[in-house]
This record gives sequence, C-alpha cells and structure tokens, in this order.
Amino acid sequence: MKPKLVVIGNGMAGMRTVDELIQAEPERYEITVFGAEPHGNYNRIMLTPVLFGAKNISDIMIHDFAWYAKHGITLHCGADKTVVDVDREQRRVIAKDGTVAEYDYLLIATGSLPLMLDIPGKEVAGVLGFRDIADVETMIASAASKTHAVILGGGLLGLEAANGLLQRGMRVSVVNRAGHLLNRQLDKKAAAFLQQQLADKGICFYLDATIKQIISQDGHISAVQLSDGQQVPADLLVMSTGIKPNISLASRMSLECGHGIVVDDSMRTSDPAIFSVGECVQHRGELFGLVAPVYEQAKVCARQLSGQTDSSYKTLSAATMLKVTGIDLFSVGDFEGDADCQSLQLIDHALGIYKKIVLRGDIVVGVILYGDTSDSAWYLNLVKDKTPVSAIRDRLMFGQTPLAEAA
Amino acid sequence: MNNIKTTCPYCGVGCGIEATLNNVAERSVTIKGDSSHPANFGKLCSKGATLGDTVSLENRLLYPQINGQRCDWDSALDHVAERFKEIIQKHGPEAVAFYVSGQLLTEDYYVANKLMKGFIGTANIDTNSRLCMSSAVVGYKRAFGADTVPCNYADLEQAELILLVGSNAAWCHPISFQRIRKAKENNPALKIVVVDPRRTASCDIADLHLPIKPGMDAVLFNGLLSYLQQTGKLDQAYIAQHTEGFESALAAAALSGPIEQVAENCGLHLEDLRQVFDWFSHTEKTVTVYSQGINQSSSGSDKCNTIINCHLATGRLGKPGMGPFSFTGQPNAMGGREVGGLANTLAAHMDLENPEHVDRVERFWGSDKVADKQGLKAVAMFDAIAAGQIKAVWIMATNPVVSMPDADKVKRALQACELVVVSDCIAATDTADLAHVLLPATGWSEKDGTVTNLERRISRQRPLFAASGEAKHDWWIISQVAQRMGFAEAFNYQSSAEIFREHAALSAFENDEQHQARDFNLSAFAKINQQEFDALQPIQWPVTLAEPRGTARMFTDGHFFTPNAKARFIPISPKPPVNSPCADYGFTLNTGRLRDQWHTMTRTGLVAKLNAHRPEPFVEIHPDDAKKHGLTARSLAKISSRWGSMLARIELNPGQQIGSLFVPMHWTDQISSHGRMGALVNPVVDPHSGQPESKQTPVNIKAWPAQWYATILSRQPLQIEDCEYQVKVRGEGFFRYELAASQAGKDWRTWSRSLLAHSAHADDDSYWLEYSDCQGGYFRTAYILEDQLQACLFVGPDSDLPEPGWLSSLFAKTELNRSERLSLLSGQPPKGEADIGRIVCSCFNVGEKVIMHAVKTHQLQNVAQISACLSAGSGCGSCLAELKEFLPKPI
Repeated sequence: MKPKLVVIGNGMAGMRTVDELIQAEPERYEITVFGAEPHGNYNRIMLTPVLFGAKNISDIMIHDFAWYAKHGITLHCGADKTVVDVDREQRRVIAKDGTVAEYDYLLIATGSLPLMLDIPGKEVAGVLGFRDIADVETMIASAASKTHAVILGGGLLGLEAANGLLQRGMRVSVVNRAGHLLNRQLDKKAAAFLQQQLADKGICFYLDATIKQIISQDGHISAVQLSDGQQVPADLLVMSTGIKPNISLASRMSLECGHGIVVDDSMRTSDPAIFSVGECVQHRGELFGLVAPVYEQAKVCARQLSGQTDSSYKTLSAATMLKVTGIDLFSVGDFEGDADCQSLQLIDHALGIYKKIVLRGDIVVGVILYGDTSDSAWYLNLVKDKTPVSAIRDRLMFGQTPLAEAA
Repeated sequence: MNNIKTTCPYCGVGCGIEATLNNVAERSVTIKGDSSHPANFGKLCSKGATLGDTVSLENRLLYPQINGQRCDWDSALDHVAERFKEIIQKHGPEAVAFYVSGQLLTEDYYVANKLMKGFIGTANIDTNSRLCMSSAVVGYKRAFGADTVPCNYADLEQAELILLVGSNAAWCHPISFQRIRKAKENNPALKIVVVDPRRTASCDIADLHLPIKPGMDAVLFNGLLSYLQQTGKLDQAYIAQHTEGFESALAAAALSGPIEQVAENCGLHLEDLRQVFDWFSHTEKTVTVYSQGINQSSSGSDKCNTIINCHLATGRLGKPGMGPFSFTGQPNAMGGREVGGLANTLAAHMDLENPEHVDRVERFWGSDKVADKQGLKAVAMFDAIAAGQIKAVWIMATNPVVSMPDADKVKRALQACELVVVSDCIAATDTADLAHVLLPATGWSEKDGTVTNLERRISRQRPLFAASGEAKHDWWIISQVAQRMGFAEAFNYQSSAEIFREHAALSAFENDEQHQARDFNLSAFAKINQQEFDALQPIQWPVTLAEPRGTARMFTDGHFFTPNAKARFIPISPKPPVNSPCADYGFTLNTGRLRDQWHTMTRTGLVAKLNAHRPEPFVEIHPDDAKKHGLTARSLAKISSRWGSMLARIELNPGQQIGSLFVPMHWTDQISSHGRMGALVNPVVDPHSGQPESKQTPVNIKAWPAQWYATILSRQPLQIEDCEYQVKVRGEGFFRYELAASQAGKDWRTWSRSLLAHSAHADDDSYWLEYSDCQGGYFRTAYILEDQLQACLFVGPDSDLPEPGWLSSLFAKTELNRSERLSLLSGQPPKGEADIGRIVCSCFNVGEKVIMHAVKTHQLQNVAQISACLSAGSGCGSCLAELKEFLPKPI
C-alpha cells in the first residue's frame, strides 16, 4: 500500500507542491486535499484582472476538478470541508463536516488571511478583505450598484483593488497610514511617481491617515471617518492593510509557531511528518507574501517528499511586479540601502520613469524600476547571483550589458 | 551669372573652385572643384569642399570699432592714420610695424608693403608666411639668386622617385598628394619615400618611410651628396657648366661621414637609408618635395640647401619630372613673396640691401624714403613690441597670439602695446581680443584679386557676394589710411585690377638683361585692363611679353639669377635643434596641421563635418612612452616647455617616435581653454630666414589629474565659466563641449540646469532627464523641450564618456521617440540601432563603426571595396590612408 499524503489548503503553494511531486513521482503517494473554498486551485494573483473584468474565474484556474480526478487525487473542497482538527498521534485530519483522512505525511498550506483591523463599526455589510474569489465577487457586485469605494492600505493589493474598482466605475479613495504608497516595495521618489500616475487616473489619496470609525446606515457602510476627523463617503471598504499567516490550525495542533508555522530548510515543521509551505510559514524568521519564494518552497518540499533529502530552501530576494494597467513597476531586494550602500538613479519626469539601483560594494542588492521594467529579469539575476558589476557600473542603469564586454 | 570661378583660400595648392550661387540673400552656395583648373582638375579636399559652410555671417566682424565701441569708417581710419603718424613723428618709423598674412590677396599685400616700405620708410612689415616658408625662400635665393620654385605639379606625375621630406602632404596638401597617389597607380615603378619622424598618413603610399631623428635632415642630405660622389653619380658636366661652390659643399658634406654614420646619426636602419640613396642615385627623374618639417627649424635654410645641393649635383632641375620642390602652406604665401611681404625682401623679388633695387623702386613708386635695410622678422618684431620699441602694430588677417612661438609672450606684448590695430573678417579671435582698433575686412567669399599657388600659378579669387556689413577690402582699408597719412597720390586705388597692373608693371620695370633680369616678371600684365583682369585664367609666372602664356618650368637653360648666372652650392654644417631634450624636458615636441582643419579654425571650425575628424586638441605619444609615464589613452595630459604649457587629450600612436610628441597647431583660446600649442614652442629662429623652430621644442608631459570629465551637447552655444579644460566644437545643429577640471565636482544638478536651460525651465523637473551615481562620480542629464532634445550633459570620474556619435544624430530630430529617450542618458543607441562612431570620411559622413562593420560583414579586402560599399574615400580622398587601417591585417 502506498503511503498517504494529506494536504490542508487547496491554494497555490500546496497545489504547486503536489504538482511538482506527481510530475517527479506520480505513483508515490495516495493524495488527499482539503480546501475551504468551493473551487479548484486558482491563481490568486490573477484576482486583480478578474476584478478589472479582464479575466473571468475559469481563466485563472490552475487546476480544475478534472485535473484532480485525472491524477487520482481526492479533493474535499468547500466551507464545510474546512479542516478543524488534526490528531498528530493518530495521524488523522478531521474536517468541519466530519470527513476524516489519515496520513503518513501531512502538508499544511493554509496560506494567509487579510489583516482586518479592529475599527469601530466594522461589523456591517460592505466591509471586506481582498483575498479570494468571494471577495472579488462581492466587489464586482458592489461596483455595479454603488458609487464610493474606500481602500484601506496603500500596499500592492490595495492599489490593485483601487485600480480595479476604478476601472469598474467606482470613485475610489485610498487611505494609507504611511506617508507613501507601497512603502514595502518603493522608496519615496518612486511612490511619488506612482501616486501621481494613479491620481491622474482619478484615485484620491489620504496619506498619513487611518480610519477612526466606520459609519453605517441600515446595516451597510456609508462613510468612513479618518483620523483627522474628515468623513469620506464609502459604499464599500476594502481592507488591505496586510496579511497574517493563517496558523490557527497549526497552533491548535501545537506545532511550533512564531508569526508563522516554523519550518526548517527542508520545509518540515516541528513534527517531522508534517511539512508546511506558503504564506503560512516562517522560515529563518522570515514570512512570505510573493509567489516566487513560495513556488521555490513548493519545489523543495516536493523533493523532500520524493526522498531527495538534500534539497533545501534558501531565502530568495523578493521581487515585486505590480499588475496595474498602464503602470510598469518592479522592485527587488534592499532598495533603500544602508550607510554602506551606494545608489544610482535615473529619472525621466515627463515619461514617468524612475529607476534606482542600490549597490553594496560591487554587488547589486536592490532595484526599483518604475515606468520601464523591460530589463527586470536581468536585474533580478544580478541580485540573485550577486554578480560583481563594478566593470559596468556606468552602463548598469541602461539595461542588459554583456559583462564580458566590460572586461 | 550664377557660376563663379574662384580659388580655394586654404593651402598653397591653390585649387580652382566653381561656385554656384543658390541664394545670395541666404548666402547659399554650392562649391565644387573647377575641372579646368590645372591645380586640381575638379578635385577638392574635405576643407575646400565644405567652403560653402564657412560663408555665413557667423562671427564675422562687420563694423569698425575703437576700444570696443562701434564707430564709422572715417573715425576709425582717421584714428589709425593719426596714431601712426603721431608715433612715427615722436619715435621714428621704426616704432611702427605691420604683421600681415599669406591669407591676403596679392593686391592687399602689395599695398601694405608699399605703404610700409615705400612711404613710412621702414621694412617693419612681416607676414605669417615667416612661420611657414621663409627658410625655403632663403634656400632658393642662396642657390638660384632668386626665390624661384623651379618645378610644377606635372613634375610630380612625370617623376620616377618622389621624396616627401618633412611633408605630410596627405593632410596638408591633399590634392597634390592625390596626384602623386594617382601617378603611382598609373606608374607602379614610381617610388615614394617619406622622410618624417612620424609615420603620417602620407606613408600610406610610401615604398619606404625613413623615420628620421627629429632635426637631422641636413645630415641625411649631406650624406646623400657624399654618397652620390662616392658612387660616381654626379653630373660633372652640369656642375662645371651651371654651378659654383661644389667642392666646398662636398667637403662640408663629407664631414657627415660615411653612410653608416649618417644612418646612425639619423636614427635610421642602414639598409633603408642605403635603399633610398640607391634609388636617388639611379633615378634621374627625382622630385624632392619639402615643407614645414624642413622649413620650421633653426637651420631650415641650411636644410633646404642640402636638398638643393643634391639636385644641383645631379643636374636634376629644369627638366620634366625633377627638382627641389618647396610646398608652401598658405594660399598666397607665394603672392606675398612676390610683392615683398617679408621684412627681408623689397618688392617684386628685389632686395632691400641692393641700392640699385631700392633706387629703382623709389623711382617707380615716386618716393624718396624706400626702406633700404631689413625690418624685423616676426619673432623679433613681437620681441620689439614686448620691449616697447615698436609702439604701434597693425595685424592683418592673421592670429599671432595663437600661431607664433612663445605665444604667451606675444599675447603679453600686444597687451602692453600702445596701439594694436587688427583688420580681419572674423570678430572674435585671440588676437582681435587684444586690439584697440578693429577694422572689418572682406572675407574669402567677397574678396576680389589674385593669389599665387606653390607652382607659381596666379589665379583669380572672385567675389561670390558683395561685402557684408561695412566690411571693406584690405587694399582699400590700407589705402585709406595711407591717404590720411599724407600719401594720397600714391594710394589713390580704385580697384584691385589697378593694383595688380601696378604690381605687374613694377615686376617688369627695368627687368631685362641690361639691368640684370629678375625671375619675377609679369610684363604681359603691365597694361592689363579690368575686363582682362576679370577674365584672367590661371597662369604660371613669369608671364612676359615674350612668354605671354606663362612659364611651366624654370631653369630649363641652366641659367640662374645670380650675377654670373650660375647656381650656387652652399656648404652646410648640420646643426641640431637649438634646444635639445634634457632631464626636465625630456621629449621633443613636434607641431603640425590636421587633415580637416585650417590654421586657427576661424573658418573650418564653423564646419561640423570638419570638426568631426579630430574634435579636440590632442597629443600623440608612442604607447611605450605613455606606459612609462602613466598616461592612458583619452585622458588629459599637461605638456610644458620652458615657455608655456597646454592641456591635450592623449592619443596613443605607435607611428610616433619614442621620445617625441606631436600636437596639432589649430586650437585657440576662443574654442579651448588650454589648447594653444604656440605657448609651448621655443622662440628660436633660423639666423638667415628668421623662421621659428616650431618642430622641435623640448617639453615634458604629465598626466593631468582631472577630478571629473564632462561632455555637453547643446543646441545653443553656452557660456561656461571656471572650467580649467574646455573645448568647444561645432556640430551639425549643436555645440559640443568637452570639459574637465582638477578640482572636485560640483552640485551637478544645479549647475547643469542653470547652464543648459532657460531659467524658467531650470526648476521644472518635467523638462529634464537625469541620471546620478553620486558616489561613483557620474551625473548625466538631458534637457528636452516638447520632445526635442535641447542639451545633454555627461559627467564621469574618468575620460571614458560616451562617444557623441549617436547623441549628435539626435539633434537632427524634431522629436525623440520613447526608445531614444530611454537610451539617451546611456549615450548609446537603443538596441538594434547602430552607432556610427567617430567620423572618418567627412565627405560622406561615414563613421568608424560603420566601416568596421562593413569590412567584417562584407569581408572587404581593400580600400576600393570600402569606397564601393560605403562611398567613404570617394569624395576628397583625404581619408584613404585612414581607411586602410580598417582592413584585415596581413598575417
């Protein structure tokens, strides 16, 4: 009899692991997957184009139901299949509706949850996160009948939501606690470019601001009151103030957790029979929110599961591409730098192009590209490979340069 | 009439030009070679071909000025005449001087000389030709009894051996050089030898290059004379019948030792020298072309005579295909010699120290105070100005603050001089900057008169346009001053034809066997009228009533202009350059012309095409020397002599001798901050000719510690203050500035924005592209107005700045597209668009990268194929030698 692998979480991280695994070892495990959403595995990153209306749900499916069937994977999906408990002694997984699955190896890929701030009045209709298909469907429905949207949080997801709702005809305001947008990905100059460009499209910004209170009428949000007292009309409030690893199940299981589920370089949790990948994990103190490192984790985990025990995960530089129509933006690594760093900048105000390269010694450690990201892949490799660039320093800013030519 | 035949105003070749006026108001003219002119038969070099770009009114001096204030002509002329009179009255005629130019027409020159030598009564008139061919004059006069060039261009075609000695004709006399090239193509047996310390572009067609040790030419030709004697190749009959002084010349030559010793002293391989001597011995039809490499020397006259000695000893002159052939630098150096424009000649090839000549000229001019002793030659003249002995100087059509040796001293001399009058067609020159009185003269496109080229051919310069502004012909200006000084009758000229007629009449005056005939004789023109003058066809003097069609070749009968009609051998003891390299100044500095520039660039500097070839002052150094002294290509170096210093870009050239440097002569303070090579040159002169030793000055060279380098391209000319190294280059639709400084960099954003843009745009980011790498020392910015590039600036910590080839092309565009804009501050074209690189062929604007690419992709094997493929080299042909460098090297 084949060993049993149970996966909790039918999202991109878990299913990427399964996909990698069955490509390498199609017959090794009997696989069972639990998912809390009533869909196959879809590309969460592509929710934004769905919100725009550029794509529909079927376009963004990575694994439809037929795929699970074809590979003999048992899929338990939907709200009542939410896993509520794991018996590590008996190696059993128990779902809300009582479905039970035994495992030899367990993979926890519960992902993350939107951080819903505890704002007075938030328990009314029209207040939501931007995380899954259901959220997107709610937003699309609101846009069809309502006028004012407020986005709390000027991060990547918030701006995508803002732009998507704008495209759908709403009047959109963004409230951001920090003084500049995308403060995790951009420096102030790049953020200023971005803000200008989005403002030109019609988005209103309230920076250095928080929402003090949510005002409602008839059980539905009608406005928000900002920290400075002013009221902004709101028929919809999308909270995108960040995500937190979804570790509630793991905690209940008494796995070692910090902010996320602690994993080692082989993606094992404190229980050697249990792996974890994705936005729910904490690796060497670091949390994850972007697809590239998560897929790398999936690859390592799949190899471990197929017996390649020398495979190990190393932290990758996180690179960001923003998917806002008409805006090219790329950011990787330490784009602010420290006292030991030197920075190169290129600005074309009229074209709306800003590029910044941060060097530590002769290594590129961070890059921001705004307005022209055509060489992002090359820069990403320079950062990843720690390529010495002093010989091409004066050409570095202007795109891919053969390093040999400089010698 | 839209087609006008005239003559090129650049070098001494004197090419005929056919100018087609397209639009007089816009001064638009099409220039092409005059196919009927015997100097060029329709060909023009890169400089001549672009003359149309120099006739604009840009930087023209158009109104008289006194002390910087515009005034009318009467005031200016009165002022000059009064001040000259006053100074002469107080201090005597020796206290005034004229410093004139081989750029003047013969008629201007004649009137200037007549005023100074005939009526002011001193010979203190000298010319910039002093710097160029005065040694050749001495050489000819000593040997032939007259300043007579025996040869003509056809001799170059008939010769079987041509020695180019101290002549880079490929660049300095391109059309004559191309005749030689063609002659060699037609007659592969024609041997060409280049004797030059440098391997120049002229070596392209040479069978042998003798890289002689600087200054050793007299040793070489003395050695040749001995060799001819030893090998029994002398023409004893000719020596006996037509010459004198052979024995003493031979004895002096013998002191240079046997050929082995000659080779060693000249720094040459014995086999090479023997080969050249052997060719010379066996080749009857030998022409020796010599130029500034011989003339610009403290023993230039002697060097000329060692050459002439060898021709006399073999009887090789006066016959087709042979002779000692001096190549002069300027368009009318020869005309100046004819009228007596030098301080040591009188007029019409007569002599100051010959009382019969002085008497004759006095009678002809109707003056009793014709100068009877030599005046001060150029270097001595400026020394006398510096010493306060000369208190008034009138400088015409030349720029001594740039071109003279010890030029900083010349500058100080003029700054201290009581009265400096400058007549010129250009407003801003380093010399005009020091003038008290500025008199606007007509320029080439407006002048009307004659010039004589280096084969004695007189050609007309005809006006294409009426005089601009209030500019006047030089002869008119001089005549007006003369009239106001009290010489109205002798200077009542109405036309240049009238002056030419008088000049011709003087040349014919008592010029016959009875009075000892003189070589220069234009008796056929002594009664020429205006119509005939206007129709004058190019013709070689003498042009006499007996020989009205001119004289192609001189001394065909073996009769010379000495009292006994015999040519004279001159015994020569070779002398090294006066100043030799020493511990502090270990290099020998050589100076010279570039292919695409003329003199101090007042005209060629206006032509974008010509500036592209060599945009900056540079110093050529052998790679081994550069390595030894820590000098890298393209970086800046300071070159210093005991007299002055300059800054120049380092160019490595293995064709340069170890221990020798070369700098071009052209850059001025107007377009460069420290590019005047004249400041370095030692003020040492030939004792006979007074010609300065411009080819050999001991100097040292050190890396100049620039903290930053910058390149700016700007549609508008800029006023850049406080920059130690600065060169301005005119491009097509833009100005280029190369900058560097030894102090730390600036706040580049603030500096560049206030420099490059309207103040209204300086603070508005939307007009600017900017790249900064502060710690790396890089800053680049571009100023863009309505999508059109206005200016760009590149700063870097070293000289490795972008080549402006592609950037230059952006100024031709009315708007930049996105990819150009994205690439702009990289200085490189967007991927897929080729950068043409440094311009090699000026005629067709073909860059080095284009040539390299074509050679590679089409596997081109010779220059003809390059020309067929890219047109490069098929225009003026000046770049043919350079094109060769791109071909695959033979294994």
